[in-house]
Amino acid sequence: MKIDKNTINKIARLSRIKLDDKESEDYIKDLNSILDWVEQLNEVNTENVEPLSNISSSILPKREDVSNDTNSSEEILENAPDKLEGFFAVPKVVE
Amino acid sequence: MSKSSLKQTLKDLDTKKISIRELNQDYLKRIKENENLNIFIHFSEENVLKQIDNLEKDNSEKKLKGIPIAIKDLFCTKSMPTTAASKILENFNPTYESFVTQKLLDEGSIFVGKTNLDEFAMGSATNTSFFGNTINPLSQENEPLAPGGSSGGSAAAVAADLCLGATGTDTGGSIRQPASFCGVVGIKPTYGLCSRWGIAAFASSLDQAGIFSHNVEDASILLQSIAGFDQRDSTSAKVDIPNYFENLDDDLNGKTVGIPKEYSIDGTPMEISQIWEDAIKVLEKKGVKIKNISLPHTKYALPTYYIIAPAEASSNLARYDGVKYGFRSDEIDSLDEMYENTRAQGFGREVKRRILIGTYVLSAGYYDAYYLKAQKVRKLIADDFNKAFKECDFIVTPTAPSAAFPLNEKQNDPIKMYLNDVFTVPASLAGLPGISIPFGKDKNNLPLGIQILGKHFDEQQVFNAAVSLERSYE
Repeated sequence: MKIDKNTINKIARLSRIKLDDKESEDYIKDLNSILDWVEQLNEVNTENVEPLSNISSSILPKREDVSNDTNSSEEILENAPDKLEGFFAVPKVVE
Repeated sequence: MSKSSLKQTLKDLDTKKISIRELNQDYLKRIKENENLNIFIHFSEENVLKQIDNLEKDNSEKKLKGIPIAIKDLFCTKSMPTTAASKILENFNPTYESFVTQKLLDEGSIFVGKTNLDEFAMGSATNTSFFGNTINPLSQENEPLAPGGSSGGSAAAVAADLCLGATGTDTGGSIRQPASFCGVVGIKPTYGLCSRWGIAAFASSLDQAGIFSHNVEDASILLQSIAGFDQRDSTSAKVDIPNYFENLDDDLNGKTVGIPKEYSIDGTPMEISQIWEDAIKVLEKKGVKIKNISLPHTKYALPTYYIIAPAEASSNLARYDGVKYGFRSDEIDSLDEMYENTRAQGFGREVKRRILIGTYVLSAGYYDAYYLKAQKVRKLIADDFNKAFKECDFIVTPTAPSAAFPLNEKQNDPIKMYLNDVFTVPASLAGLPGISIPFGKDKNNLPLGIQILGKHFDEQQVFNAAVSLERSYE
């Protein structure tokens, strides 16, 4: 078993997702079955194979270095769950 | 009920046989009659009427003027909220318009509403949506069927004739599989053909926008409208977009079709093998050379995909933290608690599963064994196609391993659900264009789909083969 209680807690913490005990158990089961299933990739010889991270054949085009002022902070803050004096507001982080 | 095509409707509008208002009122009526199918996350009659008013005052010539289009609720739209079918984006009102929807607006089309999908496009049945299942319009009274997914709402909207076309996105089959389940045409173009700007990201190296329509001609018209270079998407391709519709040519004489032997999978229903054979026979009669090809790494495509896609998703979905937009939990004693509770309550089960698996395969000590390994196998899969396309002009396969299945089936076993994409995922990994067209029925009279794959940016060949098969089938 690759994923145990400790591992799932660690991943959940890295993902910033709180899990209750029941959920942890379910995900341990799900993740282990998925990881067992993807294990078959080890059958494939990938020695000297370059990893493919971008399938796009396009070359990054250059553009003019000009500023493009689209300051719309008021509009953007409309969607914020909490805001204060033109900023996003979050719970206090320093004591 | 005979469904009018986009092509015919454009003619009727042009000759004043019908007005923009009459046309859209007809669609509005059907949308209201079909509310029980839960196809739309957002629909506002008032909004549609406002668009009609504006177009009536507009005297300029526009290619899609007055054409009712449904938009998958993964595309940011300024005139309508955008949710990605997630609680975490409930009440999100984008401050900008996606590239694809802007193109459609520039052409004068009318957005009838935002369609349902699997949450963040993660699923194959439109059953992971926070806003509930969409029901396949082809369902019988007593047995509701899934429309496929993730773009199930868009496929269903076209199938129920609630629009003349719809946008979708396809990461591993999310346009082609629902098109097959709903008996409509769905095309996922080459990775990079349509800008991803303004589409809520799932797996950025795979995500691609595309089109649903009643037929291949309509798809060729609509795809041309949404394709094009955009500097705000760094993977957007600078290629000339041909006039797919004008160039449609159903004469395939002298072309070569590749038939990959690895797509004959144990357990595939007879009916699916049968329509595949039928399609090959039709092509043979049209003078197409049949070439048996091999794509030896096909069986590794799904496990490769289910490492790469969740890995990229776990990174893309990090932005939903309850600070900038969308849902925020009430339990927020500290900043970390705010993040953890917001994401625990805001994401659904499948999305959390994928974030967790993605985080695991990217985490220290596992990156090489999983993510890097998957990227290497992805290279081999892409190379398989490159080799195969030296011997053929296009490839024909079934679209999905089954017809539409009952709602709620396959929900408990993630891997079984993932197998839905067995025929569509390989081309996604290779970034190739693929279309699904309705071809044949199963024993319950449900539609089945044939998939045609082409070379990078050879959408024209894909459309030509599709229109040829479609015309021979009708």
